[in-house]
Amino acid sequence: MKRATVIFAITFLFLAANAQKYMTRNGYIGFYSHTAVEDIKGDNNQVASILDISTGDIVFQVLVKSFHFDKALMEEHFNENYMESEKFPKSTFKGKITNLSSVDFSKPGKYDVTVEGDLNIHDVTNKVAAKGTIEVVTGGINANSKFNIVPEDYKINIPGVVRDNIAKNLEVAVTMKYTPVESK
Amino acid sequence: MRRYYSVILLSLILFSRQDRLFGQDDLLDMLDKEPATEINYTTATFKSTRVLNGHSVERMPAGQLDVRISHRFGRVNSGAYEFFGLDQSNVHFGLEYGITDWLMIGLGRGTYEKTYDGFTKLTLLRQSAGAKVMPVSVSWVSSIAVNSLRWTDTTRTNYFSSRLSYSHQLLIARKFSPSFSFQLAPTFVHRNMVATEVDPNDIYALGAGGRLKLTKRISLNAEYYYIINPKDFMSSKIYNPLSVGFDIETGGHVFQLIFTNSRAMIEKGFIGETSGSWLKGDIHFGFNISRVFTLKK
Repeated sequence: MKRATVIFAITFLFLAANAQKYMTRNGYIGFYSHTAVEDIKGDNNQVASILDISTGDIVFQVLVKSFHFDKALMEEHFNENYMESEKFPKSTFKGKITNLSSVDFSKPGKYDVTVEGDLNIHDVTNKVAAKGTIEVVTGGINANSKFNIVPEDYKINIPGVVRDNIAKNLEVAVTMKYTPVESK
Repeated sequence: MRRYYSVILLSLILFSRQDRLFGQDDLLDMLDKEPATEINYTTATFKSTRVLNGHSVERMPAGQLDVRISHRFGRVNSGAYEFFGLDQSNVHFGLEYGITDWLMIGLGRGTYEKTYDGFTKLTLLRQSAGAKVMPVSVSWVSSIAVNSLRWTDTTRTNYFSSRLSYSHQLLIARKFSPSFSFQLAPTFVHRNMVATEVDPNDIYALGAGGRLKLTKRISLNAEYYYIINPKDFMSSKIYNPLSVGFDIETGGHVFQLIFTNSRAMIEKGFIGETSGSWLKGDIHFGFNISRVFTLKK
């Protein structure tokens, strides 16, 4: 019986250690469009994300309306004409770190990772892969990534008159500072 | 031994449950379950600060300058000689600026009675969902207009104050869906001097305006003001202003194409001085062009 308890306890510990989730509610995602006519930058500092270091699962949830721009008109057009944020209020990503074994979460340091998964924007889902870094720091995990997306892939229609103002390929930057989720 | 196996098995079951509980979708669900901490303000109840002739609940955000050029042509029933009204043009220029995100001011000059006008618009409530739920947006707009026509009778004592008129409106709007918005506008217009004794100095009206999005960039708008004062005893026949038109949005510009029975583009003019009747074909074609510049970021 004693041994049973030990096995149970060890397995349980193993479970507890493995069910480590890290979360943030104020991560940053920004995108940048550069053309000869104008530069457009949208910043969102209210990105929610969870990273499960036991499985490498990583999810993001972005409220489209929380993107802010230098010009109020850009913000209105972004929401009204391109993202249709009242119809599709959220963008999500769910994916996995594919090279989880190369990250040692017990040792502070910076690790290169590749994340693959489904990116849903404007109610269109595409498989994407992006390179980034995971930085293990005291009290949390920082994650960074830069990748490109093409609005057309997400059925975001850019009409002729403004085609010169918006880049075909948008640069997306992701900066997350995760803290551990208190176990419930 | 068997017992140990069963313990391991039990642990494994727990483990697999745990695993299933926290798949990627469940992680997303976990994010969803967090309470909404953000206030989700409704945007673009109307595309422009005007429904058509009258103000909409919208205002310029801080640091944004709206340059407006509006035209109303003559009546379409004036015939081919007047090129269906297009030979006569009546223009209004406006410079309108957002001082803060809840206060905007505007200055204008119109052909109609060579009027100079100014207004302030205050955002009182904003429709929102999420952490704060507000069913309607409410704005208040007050304007003043100065008629600068030369006095017809220079022999009497003419006071500057006689050229002034005022309007006050409470704008209550709700965006019912991404494609439909509706606004009510109780309105009070005061004219310091009127043409004859039978004409009231104070005019009360109730406005209603709506916007129906046809495509992402084009909407059908309609606006009507019901004038509450009895209209039968005034020195000249006036009608309730009715306007129908389209908003066409192209990047930085909003074009509004309008059919209306009013010639004036300010409250004092179209509420209480609209002399055209839709039924008789006294319809003016016109347009508003709005171009927004960002002066301060």
